[in-house]
Amino acid sequence: MNWLIDFFGDPANWSGPDGIPVRLLEHVEFSAVALLLSMLVAIPLGLLIGHTGRGAVLVVIAANAARALPTLGLVVLIVLLVGVGTTWPVLVPLVALAVPPILVNTYEGVRGVDEDLRDAAYGMGLRGGQVLFRVQVPVAMPLILLGLRIAAIQVVATATVAAYVGLGGLGRYIIDGLATKDFPSTIGGAVLVALLALAVQLCFTLLQRVLVSPGVSRRTRLR
Amino acid sequence: MGEEPLIRWAWIGRNWPQIEGMLVDHVVMALVPALLGLLVALPLGLASARWRVLYQPTVSLMNVVYSLPSLAVFIVLIPLTGLAERTTVIIPLTFYSLAVLIPAVVDGLESVPDHVRQSAVAMGFGPMRRLLQVELPIAVPVVLAGLRVATVSSISLVSVGALIGRGGLGYLFIDGWQRQFPTPIIVGIVLVVVLAVLADGLLVLAQRLLTPWARARRTA
Repeated sequence: MNWLIDFFGDPANWSGPDGIPVRLLEHVEFSAVALLLSMLVAIPLGLLIGHTGRGAVLVVIAANAARALPTLGLVVLIVLLVGVGTTWPVLVPLVALAVPPILVNTYEGVRGVDEDLRDAAYGMGLRGGQVLFRVQVPVAMPLILLGLRIAAIQVVATATVAAYVGLGGLGRYIIDGLATKDFPSTIGGAVLVALLALAVQLCFTLLQRVLVSPGVSRRTRLR
Repeated sequence: MGEEPLIRWAWIGRNWPQIEGMLVDHVVMALVPALLGLLVALPLGLASARWRVLYQPTVSLMNVVYSLPSLAVFIVLIPLTGLAERTTVIIPLTFYSLAVLIPAVVDGLESVPDHVRQSAVAMGFGPMRRLLQVELPIAVPVVLAGLRVATVSSISLVSVGALIGRGGLGYLFIDGWQRQFPTPIIVGIVLVVVLAVLADGLLVLAQRLLTPWARARRTA
């Protein structure tokens, strides 16, 4: 507890380029960019394979294999090959981390829509795209949001690793503290990241209330 | 760097004994949490499925656990379990596995159709026999799907432990970075992915063996 008071009570930790506000903003920035990029890749692909059922097995196997990619290794390799200076080297591993849960949940969500419901939509004269966006997507929304939430939390938690190769973000406090045996800084950084992850969790809970149609209130699973 | 090739094959041969040691360490630190997680998640999941009041608090707690960054938890544990110790890595990974597996167990049990449960009761199955011979087998696919995610994530996450001195193959990333030498990093990434794919494949195989009726139905 004293470590936390030491860290959060030190005014030097609240201003300048190494202050908590700046580090927090950096962390949120590259987490958000990584998540947006992942959504651009994973959601259309998930909707497509969920709707058509084509190529699903292959994509899901690839997504599961991508889950295994060690973020630390990818960050280190990319920075070693292209050099430091920009933040994009850290985006690649974070996107690789975020795509699988979004993709798999979107796919499972769309595919899991009751066949009777889908057939009824076609029977009412809706065309493929309309069935997808007016029926399948709303029904799959809880699962899609769950995938996004898992991805967002993993990205926020894992972005700390970027600090190892000299990039910014809240990981700086953890890595620098570890290197200089400054325990208050390490613990303080860890607490900040955990709080940020919890805030993300809360945002998604609220988002779920807004985006999920009241007609669809099925329980979803963590994956 | 200039002339430095992406991979120096000779380096792999020279260092294979050490790499093998890291590989074994990695497997232990990744699989123990997944298995421990399953052992703990089964009773907790059963309890949450039976007494619904427990479910929401358990899942909320597990969501909180899941949002803690692994590196942060490793560091907080160092004073308790020691730097560069296997347990420092195994404990947090066990909790992450639990976070995935408890909901999987609950969902698995809920995937048992009511008429099946009622048939079992009508056939005179007691609660224990019904659980072991009817409900758990039907829950296998969902539970195993959770176990696959938990295992693969564990295998990938162990490498973060390298930052606190015990990360199995993750050491290769630190080594490669410190010497600005890509070969160990690439070897590390490839081995981690191969390990994960192998483990995932074994679990898919286990699912086939444990649920022979699924295949029978498909061919019928």
